[in-house]
Amino acid sequence: MEIRPILASLRKHRIPAALIVLEIALACAVLCNAVFMIGQRVASIHWSNAIDEQGIAVITVNGADPKLAASEIPRNLVALRGIAGVTAVAAATSMPLDQNPALSPFVAKPDANTTVNTSVYFIGSDGERAMGLRLLQGRWFNAGEYAGSGFKNFSSTGHVALVTQSDANRLWPGQSALGKTLYSNATGWTVVGVVADVLAQDPKFSGPGGMYSSVFFPLQPDGVMGDYMLRSTPQDRERVVREAVQVLGKLQPGAVVEGKTYAGMRSDYFADSNSMVWMLVLVCVVMLAVTAFGIVGLTSFWVQQRRRQIGIRRAVGATRGHILSYFRTENFLLSTTGTLIGVMLAFGINLYLMEHYEMNRMPWYYLPGSAIALWLLGQLAVFGPARRAAAVPPVVATRSV
Amino acid sequence: MFAYYLDLALRSLRRNKVLTTLMVLALALGIGATITTLTVLKLLSGDPLPQKSAQLFYPQLDPYPKDQPFSRSGKKLPWLMSYIDAMNLLHARKAERQAVMALSQVKLTPQGQGGKPFYADGVLTTSDFFPMFDAPFQYGAGWGSTDDESRAQVVVIAGFLNDKLFGGANSVGRTIRIEDHDFRIIGVLRPWAPQPRFYAVHLGGRDYGKGEAVFMPLQSVRADGMTPNTVMSYGPEHTDMQHLETAQSIWLGLWVQLSSADEAPAYKLFLGNYAQQQVALGRFQLSRVGLWDLMSWLRNEQVVPDDVRLQAGMALGFLLICVVNTVGLLLAKCLRRSREIGVRRALGASRGAIFLQFMVEAGIVGVAGGVLGLGFAELGLWGIRHQPAQYASLAHLDLSMFLFTFVVALVSSLVAGLLPAWRACVVAPAPQLKAS
Repeated sequence: MEIRPILASLRKHRIPAALIVLEIALACAVLCNAVFMIGQRVASIHWSNAIDEQGIAVITVNGADPKLAASEIPRNLVALRGIAGVTAVAAATSMPLDQNPALSPFVAKPDANTTVNTSVYFIGSDGERAMGLRLLQGRWFNAGEYAGSGFKNFSSTGHVALVTQSDANRLWPGQSALGKTLYSNATGWTVVGVVADVLAQDPKFSGPGGMYSSVFFPLQPDGVMGDYMLRSTPQDRERVVREAVQVLGKLQPGAVVEGKTYAGMRSDYFADSNSMVWMLVLVCVVMLAVTAFGIVGLTSFWVQQRRRQIGIRRAVGATRGHILSYFRTENFLLSTTGTLIGVMLAFGINLYLMEHYEMNRMPWYYLPGSAIALWLLGQLAVFGPARRAAAVPPVVATRSV
Repeated sequence: MFAYYLDLALRSLRRNKVLTTLMVLALALGIGATITTLTVLKLLSGDPLPQKSAQLFYPQLDPYPKDQPFSRSGKKLPWLMSYIDAMNLLHARKAERQAVMALSQVKLTPQGQGGKPFYADGVLTTSDFFPMFDAPFQYGAGWGSTDDESRAQVVVIAGFLNDKLFGGANSVGRTIRIEDHDFRIIGVLRPWAPQPRFYAVHLGGRDYGKGEAVFMPLQSVRADGMTPNTVMSYGPEHTDMQHLETAQSIWLGLWVQLSSADEAPAYKLFLGNYAQQQVALGRFQLSRVGLWDLMSWLRNEQVVPDDVRLQAGMALGFLLICVVNTVGLLLAKCLRRSREIGVRRALGASRGAIFLQFMVEAGIVGVAGGVLGLGFAELGLWGIRHQPAQYASLAHLDLSMFLFTFVVALVSSLVAGLLPAWRACVVAPAPQLKAS
């Protein structure tokens, strides 16, 4: 295909050509950044969390008298174990993604500092099974450790702790964390086990450094434990929530009892991200549609305007294929120019967003990705008008006007 | 003449229905998206107390050790104050009004049989809170500074709680049970919830949405053992929640009302002197202080969620694409009508007249786009009201945004019409006539 005649023709129609280029450039810039944001949010919605997310039901009891906790919690646990389908029950202070951060700094030496905020979880007897933690090294807490560990001023009076794999690698790189001492505010605990990464209570607040930084302590029945974790099969979980709320509502009439499946808790946490993803997807789709119709509209008029020229070309021997490929090549040239400008614009917008928002650098492959998308869109949009152009009969050339 | 242009424009638009629909639809989508996101942005970055905000200030001190600063960068001052500092500044009475505050989730137990307990947001504060923030009373009044000192068990409740518990009747003098302690109601507020919830920022409350249900004297509820939502320790120990008043922890927000913004430098000087005094006493290591007026504080703490600002930016980008699209389509139309323009010019129409005719046509597209865009904006806001966001229920189109829609529509369509109209009016009549 000869490009020179196309360039000559484009030079004569500078303004419409420039408009198509501008539209494609803008669409490319917005698309790049929107798709990048969608990708980031979708990735966050799928953050892994090494607990049995599908099988846990969480019942929260607030406002019970803390002085009675030592007798009430064991009684409640017995009652909850009686619910059909429940395989494990335990009390805990908080859950991953419950948006109630209890954070402390933990370090490997008593006088060291850190900027990482670690989420602190206190779990009651059988907590590892009720939560579905995955042990990678070491052992679980034993009965004596559960019974002998208390809670004072946000920290454990016991002597043992479980850490996540991320924290083990952060605090003791290249070494085994087992048997090491974990410090916070000059108090130390011995690490007895390493579990697979569990999310923070509020990973967006904790930031990338604290997302998988979690520590587990054993705790005897204590008033700070407001959550009951019930594990069952995913099919049973809704019923387990209903029955457990009834059971605890009767046992604790003076408290406020609320129940949720853990899956529900997780989707609550990501509800914002989820709706942002849908809104971005909607904007992208509508924007691409508008761009496509714009190209169709402009090219159609262009074709209409050049009916005579097309007729002459056909009369002097050009085939339909020639005409078709003429318009497609023309669109290809415009799209390429547009996407080149658009990619630069997208990069600039990304830099601006990095400066003013919590945004990462866009990986390079987003740029050619959306360039190709818009290039395909251009070819698709031009197909209709180009076919109509190809259908112009040669006889048009012989008519005056 | 205008009526004639209008007629010509309508004819021309009607002649090519598909194209007209495309133009109007694209413009309407762009306008709809822009107005939806700008409405939300305007709502979220609004002034919570327009009549008062210039007089309200938020002081900050820094009790953190030098080598373990409050923020990772070490640049930000701590969000909250310790009890000792907040009370010292409160009792110094250097401002016209001053109040300290914390938020707490409290359990309310309705009186009578079968009343199920429930949780509500409570404000723990001091007497100046109500006059300082212009909180309007339906019944009764707030408490005085003597009630603060005497640890009076009194409470001011929000209108919505009064409706829920007492069916909206005057409940002053009645008792409600909060966290298993009896409190006497001394005031009922009218519906009152400044947006953003400026005083709740960093106190562990929501930044937007419904206000709190109960307002109680801080010292009274602390004597009852209630604890605030947010506590941050700056000492080597974890916070002892029983002894928050003496702990090395920050958990209170202090707001002051100055007679005018001119008083701010004097108050800042007072703060600076106070901090230096604390350094001399060995309580502080750093003597830096901060004093923000309400709007700067909200801006600085970036209360408006990033997502909302990103959405507004994206909608504007989208509108720009729609405008470029309209330019293209209008231009295509006008190029196609060269002959008609030639005839009109030959019959005596001036360049200005042609220009005006095309601008009127663009304007009509704009108005139609605006009307349809308003529909899209209402649809968008309806969608936002069904989102889980804190501010969802607030998303409504107000009169100013309603009018702004048409301004946006007209401006964008006229801008889009400029180039095509200019191209149209420079068409030379002779060649066009010759060709036919």
